Amino acid sequence: MRCFRLLTATFVLSASVTVLAQGPTYRLGTIPSAEEIKARDTAISPQGKELPPGSGTVKQGASVYAQKCEGCHGPNGKGTRLHRGLIPLGNAKPVKIEGSLVPYATTVWDFINRAMPSTRPGSLTPDEVYASTAFVLFLNGIITETDVLDATTLPKVRMPNRDNFLAVEIDWKPGQRRPLGHYP
Amino acid sequence: MGSHHHSDRRQFLTESAALATLVVGAVQSVEGQAPSPEARLKDTLAYGQPSRFDTTVRRAPGSGSPITDTALMTPLQDLDGIITPSGLHFLMDHVNGIPDIDPQQHRLLMHGMVDRPLSFTMEELRRFPSVSRVYFLECNANSRPLRGPNGDSVQLVHGRTSCSEWTGVLLSILLKECGVKTGASWIVAEGSESNKYTMSIPLAKAMDDTLVAYAQNGEPVRPHNGYPLRLVAPGWEAIRSVKWLSRIAVVDQPAMAWHEAGNNADTRPDGKALGFRFELGPKSVITRPSGGQRLPGRGFYEITGLAWTGGGAVRRVDVSVDGGRTYAEAQLQQPVHRYAHTRFRFAWEWIGEEAVLQSRCTDERGEVQPTIAEAAKILGVTPEYFLQADHFNGIQPWRVNRDGSIQNALF
Repeated sequence: MRCFRLLTATFVLSASVTVLAQGPTYRLGTIPSAEEIKARDTAISPQGKELPPGSGTVKQGASVYAQKCEGCHGPNGKGTRLHRGLIPLGNAKPVKIEGSLVPYATTVWDFINRAMPSTRPGSLTPDEVYASTAFVLFLNGIITETDVLDATTLPKVRMPNRDNFLAVEIDWKPGQRRPLGHYP
Repeated sequence: MGSHHHSDRRQFLTESAALATLVVGAVQSVEGQAPSPEARLKDTLAYGQPSRFDTTVRRAPGSGSPITDTALMTPLQDLDGIITPSGLHFLMDHVNGIPDIDPQQHRLLMHGMVDRPLSFTMEELRRFPSVSRVYFLECNANSRPLRGPNGDSVQLVHGRTSCSEWTGVLLSILLKECGVKTGASWIVAEGSESNKYTMSIPLAKAMDDTLVAYAQNGEPVRPHNGYPLRLVAPGWEAIRSVKWLSRIAVVDQPAMAWHEAGNNADTRPDGKALGFRFELGPKSVITRPSGGQRLPGRGFYEITGLAWTGGGAVRRVDVSVDGGRTYAEAQLQQPVHRYAHTRFRFAWEWIGEEAVLQSRCTDERGEVQPTIAEAAKILGVTPEYFLQADHFNGIQPWRVNRDGSIQNALF
């Protein structure tokens, strides 16, 4: 009898382990809580629907920039010996372009939020990220000095080269011929 | 080359010497005597270091600064066969320092447009059915002509590619465990280093052959290459193969992350920017004899090099010793793996005259490695464009001068 009870306990224990393991075929992995996913997923999509509350002006951004960005990116985004400048914003090679090739302003917000400043990535508050985004967009002549960026206005910023950004293999399929490939 | 260009190995030797001193000190304080020969052997040979006469090391193409990207090139001219030893794998990092990740604490979180989000420990990932596959990785900025002092070495110009046997679980298996919802078309992969590097990959590639790798060349992936877990998207620009992989979101559009939308998109003279160029074109390069080397005298030489393609398998490699006027087919080392470096060999007798050596790769889809002039024509640019361009796969000529010296003859 005692032995039977022990067996039951073992069965219940293994059943609960099975409940925790959730993959249908291999029964490995655990289901994360909604809070865990929310805490780890900070990505901002081009529509900006994940943007947090907060706001920032160009003037506030100049102040954040002076404290936390200028050391590497130089006065007014002109660059330093240590790092390239922010005008234009992003790649501009092999051919120099005006403004920024980045097609969406959300990309700028997301990258500053996740990767800047490089000594303490992720340490900026949402207000500081809105403000520093506003400042670098202003430096590139994309927004005006009086514009305010927040969750509503940021995704509406029209980036100057949006229509010039070609996503060459965006419709990639296995086995297709490579666009821009050489087939003599 | 500035003081920044110390070799990794020299640094390692210095560090291990310091470590050995520490260990020796500890042994002496406990035992009150010199370490046993066995302990001494373990200190110096614990990881099986190469001969002290071997000088094969990675090198950087220019002077670095404390906050610029890490860049170290694979010494292609010193390697044989198709596998790059892990310690010689190229590095091109967009991170602030290499993360020091405890695998016990590491989790791969998969969520988004799935029936059930799942979190996996490293132990769980190792329990899935595994595969081992030989795949190359190549930085999209590899092969910019004339990179490095004099632009004359295959290491500095073409050394941003390496080839490993990667072991792990197919991403498709993990995605099926989560249950991908209808309407999903992309995954977004994120690393767990300080700046959470992010890249988007079409679901078709994720479900095809993309690998979640925990081992490289038979050992755990090294920290610089993504320990304990990295993505390997075979045949694609290596910026997609996210290191220190910790999160995969299943979504219905690309993230337009900085490194795919603000960076790594070349601008063309017509003002257009070329982003999301995934597959690498067919490429080959003669690694011996190559720029910066010198032939000691006339006579027999085996010309050898590597070929690879994002289009699958290398079908053939042709070699020219007269600057491309005539070509003859080279021998390919078997087996030829898809999306892997392929070793080619070609017998050659040098008669002491000037010669221009070059190779041309054709892949299984019939795409052919272009000359720089042909590559320029495709993009509507001049050859100088490629000095700063990505995805350049032009034919690389090396000129052998009468004195046996060899130099880059691309321009």
